[in-house]
Amino acid sequence: MRLEAKGLSFCYERAGRQILKSVSLALEDGERVGLMAPSGYGKTTLCKILAGYESADCGEVLLDGKPLKEYRGYCPVQMVWQHPELSVNPRRRLKTVLSEGDFPAQNDGLQSHIEQELGILEEWKERYPSEVSGGELQRFCIARALGERTQILIADEITTMLDLVTQAQIWDFLLKETGKRGIGLIAVSHSPELLSKICHRVLKLDETNI
Amino acid sequence: MDTSGKVILEVRKLSVAFEQYGRGLKRKVIHAVEDLSLTVSEREIVAVVGSSGSGKSLLAHAIMGILPYNAAMNGELLFEGRMLDGELLRQVRGKELVLVPQSVSYLDPLMKAGRQVTKGRKDEESRKRCRDILSRYGLDKEAEGKYPFQLSGGMTRRILISTAVIEQPRLVIADEPTPGLHPEAARRVMEHFKEIAKGGAGVLLITHDLELALLTADRVVVLYGGRAIEEAQAAAFSDESQLKHPYTKALCRSMPQNWDPSGDRLCVSGEILAYMRKEYGR
Repeated sequence: MRLEAKGLSFCYERAGRQILKSVSLALEDGERVGLMAPSGYGKTTLCKILAGYESADCGEVLLDGKPLKEYRGYCPVQMVWQHPELSVNPRRRLKTVLSEGDFPAQNDGLQSHIEQELGILEEWKERYPSEVSGGELQRFCIARALGERTQILIADEITTMLDLVTQAQIWDFLLKETGKRGIGLIAVSHSPELLSKICHRVLKLDETNI
Repeated sequence: MDTSGKVILEVRKLSVAFEQYGRGLKRKVIHAVEDLSLTVSEREIVAVVGSSGSGKSLLAHAIMGILPYNAAMNGELLFEGRMLDGELLRQVRGKELVLVPQSVSYLDPLMKAGRQVTKGRKDEESRKRCRDILSRYGLDKEAEGKYPFQLSGGMTRRILISTAVIEQPRLVIADEPTPGLHPEAARRVMEHFKEIAKGGAGVLLITHDLELALLTADRVVVLYGGRAIEEAQAAAFSDESQLKHPYTKALCRSMPQNWDPSGDRLCVSGEILAYMRKEYGR
């Protein structure tokens, strides 16, 4: 699916700091685009708007030409957050994190395939989020976002907190999985080396468009 | 760099185990750190590099005495030659021995950023030091008056670092200080750590980011499954043949600049994890 952002502007408080100022971008079907910008420039805010967690003050987000807001039920645009420890319920076991994903019972091959490729171990599922490491937790968050009806994945610095071997393993999996299923990807990272290896093109956001 | 200085921190055969409750009253012990020894001297930056779940943060928490209630610790910790027991900890923690915690959730969500950096002190000097440190990290006056949720990930990260380095520490333990920072800000933080080390303190840099560790540290200790599998000079990583352990070699190859997206795989990495799981049981 094609994701398009048109002239997004946003600020958190009325008359507060303008976070985004008419930002436009387009992600073609199955395309992988990297986003780079210094911290505090609104990358996460932009991701939240693209994934439907926030709505822009002006401008719109279109998915295949139709406003994202008009999609009902499961949102085809899924986001993986920078801090996995803040994006899961601390009082529920990790298996429930997986059950929050779009894995219908008649297609449980998908879930086990993803778990296996991400190296999720059976024993981790019984633990609580505080009992696994950040990297282990992030694998669950990535799996949760890759449910059956996911068409576009927004990855907001998802491997920043992981070791190199795990980072390579996760991106190797994500490239194959998104390629196979034709899932579009927006990847935010501070590492130009990483983005240049995984993305078709890299957008640099700076003061001129924020 | 001079590494013949006095030893500030000595960790001897540290083990940390967790007791976990399963269904009902069943209990299980997880050995998270095993038999770990390392030293940090004056004017030295030692990096502890390890995969997620290798026990890096637990090492930091064990030294700071903030392990969770269900953890049991064994082994000896010496701070400037003295046993780091409860009493000494109370004296030095937050002053001579400081921690830059990993998660931004360690900040108090109900306290403004500036107040957290000065630890509530309002005297002229503390405020000036706070201002100096924040501006050094590129944060303006406006950021001081904000609550953590109003700041971006990278900005809260810099606030966290400031809360530690505003003191005049003998040892800084930095637990993943840079994720979410843009390269320029990360470099500035690392420069500051180098300066702190030059001033005579020791720095224990705990990170998964080998590239960053190689830029900053004198020595690198590679951790896997709670055990130190290799200790090498930072320079050894520019030549894989100087490294001994297969995991350390794989780390070297996993740096994004060595990836090959046109190949079948980005790099050889999945197998080593399976191998390590077999050899080390995790």
